[in-house]
Amino acid sequence: MRLFITRIKGFIKYTDLMNELVSRDLKLKYRRSILGYLWSILNPLFIMIIMTIVFSRMFKRGNIPNYPVYLISGQILFNFMNLSTKSAIQSINGSASLLKKTYVPKYIFTVSKVESGLIDCIFSFGALLIVMIFTRNHFSPYLLLFPLILIQEFIFILGLSMLLAASNVFFHDIYYIYNAITTAWLYLTPIFYPIEYLPDMLRWFVVHLNPMYAYVTQLRCLTLYNCFPDISMIIYGCADAVIMLMIGIWFFLKTQDKFILYI
Amino acid sequence: MNDIVIDVNNVTIRFNLASEKVDNLKEYFVKLVKRELLFQEFLAVKDASFQIRKGESWALVGSNGSGKSTLLKAICGILKPYRGTISVNGAISPLLELGAGFDMNLTAKENIYLNGTVLGHSKKYIQKHFDEIVEFSELQNFLNSPVKNFSSGMRARLGFAIATTVQPDILIVDEILAVGDYAFQQKCLKRMNEMMNGGTTLLFVSHSINQVRTLCKHAIWIDQGTIQKKGEVNEVCDAYMDMMEKKQKK
Repeated sequence: MRLFITRIKGFIKYTDLMNELVSRDLKLKYRRSILGYLWSILNPLFIMIIMTIVFSRMFKRGNIPNYPVYLISGQILFNFMNLSTKSAIQSINGSASLLKKTYVPKYIFTVSKVESGLIDCIFSFGALLIVMIFTRNHFSPYLLLFPLILIQEFIFILGLSMLLAASNVFFHDIYYIYNAITTAWLYLTPIFYPIEYLPDMLRWFVVHLNPMYAYVTQLRCLTLYNCFPDISMIIYGCADAVIMLMIGIWFFLKTQDKFILYI
Repeated sequence: MNDIVIDVNNVTIRFNLASEKVDNLKEYFVKLVKRELLFQEFLAVKDASFQIRKGESWALVGSNGSGKSTLLKAICGILKPYRGTISVNGAISPLLELGAGFDMNLTAKENIYLNGTVLGHSKKYIQKHFDEIVEFSELQNFLNSPVKNFSSGMRARLGFAIATTVQPDILIVDEILAVGDYAFQQKCLKRMNEMMNGGTTLLFVSHSINQVRTLCKHAIWIDQGTIQKKGEVNEVCDAYMDMMEKKQKK
């Protein structure tokens, strides 16, 4: 219990550092680009347009009322996961010079990467709104529930990132292995195709074991189907997030004293 | 006995000095199958014990690779000792490397905030001391240029200025005054003296024996991880210099 209190105190002491790190990430990302933060909106928008051109006719028979909105709802959530974990996986190795010379709680670096990813994701919700306006999609009051989904996903990503960042310290090729995994993950999440297109066996696995499916489906309820998300999806989403966070924190705390010997 | 601020108790620090560092899964499995996974143990510090009281000034001397920096890192909390305990009473300002936390792409101004928060200050605190930091570092004209364009001396000045705004309970200095011109070195020494007069405990590593003799009252001589001698600064330094000269004659 005393350990817990010191940890909380440490966290409060270093919140300013966390903010500085997040603002550094955001500043450096778009420094010296004319459009600046607009890229966070333009990027998903361009990809959505290209994918709509390619895929919208292919999946016409599926029960999708508004393909561009269907696509971009999945895409921004998957990008949030993909980009945050990929920058967080290097967070400990990348801060080696600092960790060797000063005492700073190590998780700060991992958490700050996920936090920058969250801010980027919130920006890209602007792209979603633009698409919804242009395709004359209806706006339901349920749309205001989107932070609930982001919180679930944020917790899930945080857990995954801590696990990945800690293991990448010991084995640098985790990064490359993970790159291959996310590619498979992308195709196993119904982002540009409807879930009904998957064979039954595979569909069962995606629905029950892919947390991204739970988050994407919840968001589509708000943007596309004008309803409150399915309770079972919310339960899956929250359970996955909490379990992942516990695994991540456990592994990170267990190994963090050895980081310094490997970085 | 409450005035002991650093208590190092039978501390041993271990490194894995495997001839080939295994840092990826592929090699790990190959070596696991071949049964070549060796853990070559290297003890950087062996069974060191000493106590430092409040307001004292101690120097660590010893040749390169003798474990001085490792010991300092352990006291700062960066490394965990393999055996033994270290207890520290009070806020530490570690100066192991000046400007270690600088992001080369950010400007000096942004780096002051980043580095200050790395050292555990709040943003408000840095805002309050911002002018003081800039004045000490003498970089008024370069505040908005990226740190990657700075010389190592300029970086050191900025780093020292940020790290010493606070009056810490314990100041740990590792061989940082080597960079920077003479005037700046004097300025740093002066500031360190001011701090010590204000009750700060100093732990100092330097290869300049003259600096050690003027700045510190006590010293510890470490050789290959073991403490050879500790006590009054001149005695320890004489013993250390004697040994060095003998080595040279061989």
